[in-house]
Amino acid sequence: MTTRLAFLGGIYSNYHALRAALDDIDRRGVDATYFLGDLGAFGPFPDRVPELLIERGIRGIQGNYEESLSSGATDCNCGYTDPRDNFYAQISYDYTAERTSAPYKRWMGELPKSIRLEIGGLRVLLSHGSPRKINEFLWRSTSPEPFLNRICDEHGADVILCTHSGLHWHKQIGPRRHVVNVGVIGRPANDGRTNVWYTMLTAGGDGLDVEFIPIDYDHAALAREMRNEKLPEEFIETIETGWWTTCLEILPAKERAASRF
Amino acid sequence: MNEHPHVPLLTLDTLWFQVAGTICNIACTHCFISCSPKNHSHEMLTLADVENRLAEAKALGVRDYYFTGGEPFMNRDLLPMLEATLKQGPATVLTNGMLLRKEVCGRLREMADRSDCSLDIRVSLDGFDRETHDAIRGPGVWDRVMIGLRNLAEAGINPVITVTEAADGVRTEQGRRRFLELIRAWGFSKPRLKILPLFRIGAEEKRTRAYEDWERLTTPVLTDHDAEVLQCSSSRMVTSKGVFVCPILIETPEARMGDTIGETLRPFQLRYGACHTCWVEGVSCRT
Ligand code: SF4
Ligand code: SF4
Ligand SMILES: [Fe+2]
Repeated sequence: MTTRLAFLGGIYSNYHALRAALDDIDRRGVDATYFLGDLGAFGPFPDRVPELLIERGIRGIQGNYEESLSSGATDCNCGYTDPRDNFYAQISYDYTAERTSAPYKRWMGELPKSIRLEIGGLRVLLSHGSPRKINEFLWRSTSPEPFLNRICDEHGADVILCTHSGLHWHKQIGPRRHVVNVGVIGRPANDGRTNVWYTMLTAGGDGLDVEFIPIDYDHAALAREMRNEKLPEEFIETIETGWWTTCLEILPAKERAASRF
Repeated sequence: MNEHPHVPLLTLDTLWFQVAGTICNIACTHCFISCSPKNHSHEMLTLADVENRLAEAKALGVRDYYFTGGEPFMNRDLLPMLEATLKQGPATVLTNGMLLRKEVCGRLREMADRSDCSLDIRVSLDGFDRETHDAIRGPGVWDRVMIGLRNLAEAGINPVITVTEAADGVRTEQGRRRFLELIRAWGFSKPRLKILPLFRIGAEEKRTRAYEDWERLTTPVLTDHDAEVLQCSSSRMVTSKGVFVCPILIETPEARMGDTIGETLRPFQLRYGACHTCWVEGVSCRT
């Protein structure tokens, strides 16, 4: 018996990519699909993502965006430290907060902060930033094994899943432990390609298989809508080129070196 | 003095190494631990010192490592220390940028490429130009830093430029933009800039003023949320004299918590003026 699960990281109001990812998941066939929070930000028409998730019966957890929107906070609590990054984060948040309807905000407030699953005898923990902090950034180059091992110990998990940072990666520690940043489907992975990524876990006979799946979608349509909504040209450039133009100061040396800007 | 709160060690994420002790090739007027060529209050760490603490840190699940001084590049074993560190976690070096010779930058680049973890170099500046920088750091320093930055750029290392508030106007949007333009002009197309507050202890006490008595933390209890922003809730500092609560209070004897990291895994009482700055500024070492 194998179990296959799909995980969607930050969606950032990119309902075009969400639809494409869900169609792809349906084609492949899975036992369940989960989202890991940050349904809004960045993109246009924030109600479309919750609408689609509820319609398709997808379960998931809160990100810092849902925590902020549902509690009426004045910012996204994204955790940036650079003034320019915060400036752009605020534009996204104000746009999203203004246009998310009240029932969806309430629904977001009712989402759990984490979910625990068991697949193939492995204890899986779904978190947004990290199991200990909703807005912690787990980057590959600053999440060494001894640290990840401790986090797994402290949270009683064999497999930890997270998103929030926007870049997907997977580290296996010993035979049974895995930490996976499932990436995001809201915007490209800062690699000069326009596609986005979701993650498939397959648990079966010999352990856990982690696969990152690229999703192409109608990014031109998204860019058009973002322009009509007068969202910052910087965000649109990212959608069209695959390179990040904001949130860059938070990147560690290695990730920044691989970045265009 | 029981009204001062205790800060818990919520998680040991960061380990600092006072790798050059209090020995520096210059003597900045604002240095919060008064480092200089002659200050041997803390001696240099040896490679064995660093390796011993690294082994302990690995078992404790430390996340990242910071190297400071004094001037870290005055320690002849800095490169092998970084090499050993990068096998188990990301490293950041805080430097005044004066000793970044071509060969050194070349080796840093090789090391960074070989490791799975990030190696970050932070170069401290105090102003937009030679005049303001050298007024604080001493004559000739700016020019040597410019050579060091050129060597970094040539080796393809993109440092974080850290600027203290001693640089006038750096906290304004205009000042920040001006600095980013400068960094670009030095050959870094993806400029990285971080602005740091000043601590009114050490030499800085004489340059501006010392802490007033009211500048102490008197909130009786800290919530974990409050504690989180303080470095002492998630880090410890290794010096030649032992393991201290944080990188700031190394000249405060009571801030020495043990010989090994294992002996320092307990709360610490925030009785000091510098604790007030941490508190109001939310000082954090994240890039
Ligand atoms: S501030 Fe840095 S460079 Fe200046 S004296 Fe102190 S340790 Fe040396
Ligand atoms: S100086 Fe700052 S980091 Fe050090 S013990 Fe006081 S509050 Fe903590
Ligand atoms: Fe997030």
